[in-house]
Amino acid sequence: MITINNAVVSYREDVALRGVSLSVKKGELVGIIGPNGAGKTTILTLVNGLGKLLKGQVQVLGCMLNNGCPSYLRRRIGYVPQIHNIDPRMPVNAREVVMMGRYGRLGLLRRPGILDRQVVESLLSLVGMSHLATRPIGHLSGGEQQRVAIARALAQEPDILLLDEPTTGLDRRARVEIMALVNEIHRSRNLTTLMVTHELKTASAICNRLVLMKEGRIWSQGKPEDVLQEEVLDLLYGDENRVVNYF
Amino acid sequence: MQSAILAGLLGGVACSLIGVFVVTMNLSFIGVAIAHAAFAGALCGAWLGFSPQAGAFVFSLVAVAVIGPLADRGEFNPDTPIGIIFSLTMGLAFLFMGLLPGPKTEALELLWGSILTVSNFDLVLLVIVAVIVLMLVTLFFKEIQAVIFHREAALAVGIPANLIFYSMLFLTGSVITASLRSIGGLLIFNLILNPAAAAYQLTYSLRIMFILSALFGVLSTWLGLLISYLFNTPSGATIVLVSTVIFIIAAAFSPKRKVKKWKNELG
Repeated sequence: MITINNAVVSYREDVALRGVSLSVKKGELVGIIGPNGAGKTTILTLVNGLGKLLKGQVQVLGCMLNNGCPSYLRRRIGYVPQIHNIDPRMPVNAREVVMMGRYGRLGLLRRPGILDRQVVESLLSLVGMSHLATRPIGHLSGGEQQRVAIARALAQEPDILLLDEPTTGLDRRARVEIMALVNEIHRSRNLTTLMVTHELKTASAICNRLVLMKEGRIWSQGKPEDVLQEEVLDLLYGDENRVVNYF
Repeated sequence: MQSAILAGLLGGVACSLIGVFVVTMNLSFIGVAIAHAAFAGALCGAWLGFSPQAGAFVFSLVAVAVIGPLADRGEFNPDTPIGIIFSLTMGLAFLFMGLLPGPKTEALELLWGSILTVSNFDLVLLVIVAVIVLMLVTLFFKEIQAVIFHREAALAVGIPANLIFYSMLFLTGSVITASLRSIGGLLIFNLILNPAAAAYQLTYSLRIMFILSALFGVLSTWLGLLISYLFNTPSGATIVLVSTVIFIIAAAFSPKRKVKKWKNELG
């Protein structure tokens, strides 16, 4: 489904990925963890073609992405970027944001039809946002915005789902709810999911595999119970591990 | 006067529609820099003896080509380089104005605008640009909406977000070029910004924002023309002042001012 081979990515003088190789099978839920600046988000942007590869190869859904990702392929990859501050006056509501997930499939010059509206309504219901569908997106809480973002990605009817720290900035209850939602969606839709997260405990419960990253390299990977050892985390996070352990 | 009313309608619609894009994507400073580049280009054209519109068009496109990627990188704040380009174009504008031989009537018309003496060529240019803007906003509304909301997310769903973004910037340059003679190089950007900013205060629907912005744009030009006619004031300046008053009224009665209170009530 996804094969990354010896990928090197650099942002000007900073090297984000240093020869990373990773394979993800169809239907896997892979958690990517590691300290800030480890290159976790860069892996996601390589898969959806938004990142620029300096060296190496990336193959997604049978297509080589060395020269960027064609838009028809991006339509099959749902991407939930990190939450950002949305202007509360932004003239777009939750339903419209979810509908945006359909736009790539629709193509230029075509308007959403009945089927698209049905898909959007069912997704709003799935993520528990039907009652807030007409609320301006900037008025929603962080957890609600994240639910809308997940629904938007699902509106693409993707084969692959990429989630970039879907629980960052949320309170404990919202974090648990979002992780449960991710798990439910992944299982029920037979998706291939890559999720960058700092939720070590929940990730170990729902992911098939964890990839530990540090300084642009894959530090370790394997089943959660194998890699989430105290000594491994101490090496991965250093002193931060004492803080990370609380979550 | 009929030509002026028509120019007001076309310029008002074109400027205010493009303004929605500028306001919602926080591109005000970029827009001002493009407007001043167009003004400098028009004066360069007048100085070299070719069409000021051609000069304005070329300069505004160059400004877009330089400023767009600067704003795009997101790795550093583009305010400083854009500020330098802005001051450069202002310097060039006044340089070309100084180099213009003879009376500076044409230069002053480009500076302040002269909607009452708008030529048939200017009107044709305005018709073309207004129709293109209206057509693109209607045909690509959903793509524009997605780009305005979140460019990276728009790219990720398969929308050609960069093409849409740069097309809108180039369109901003074209609208400024077409409206330069009627509204004036120093004032044109207010007509882009104010109606859209006023509409932004009043609605949470992008569709309604486009409609309100166009209405405010036309209202500004027509009311400005009327006041200018009645009190014998400079038309371009009066139009801009009217659009500013509309913005102040919209801001004063904006339901969005109550958002904080409303959010607090919801807990």
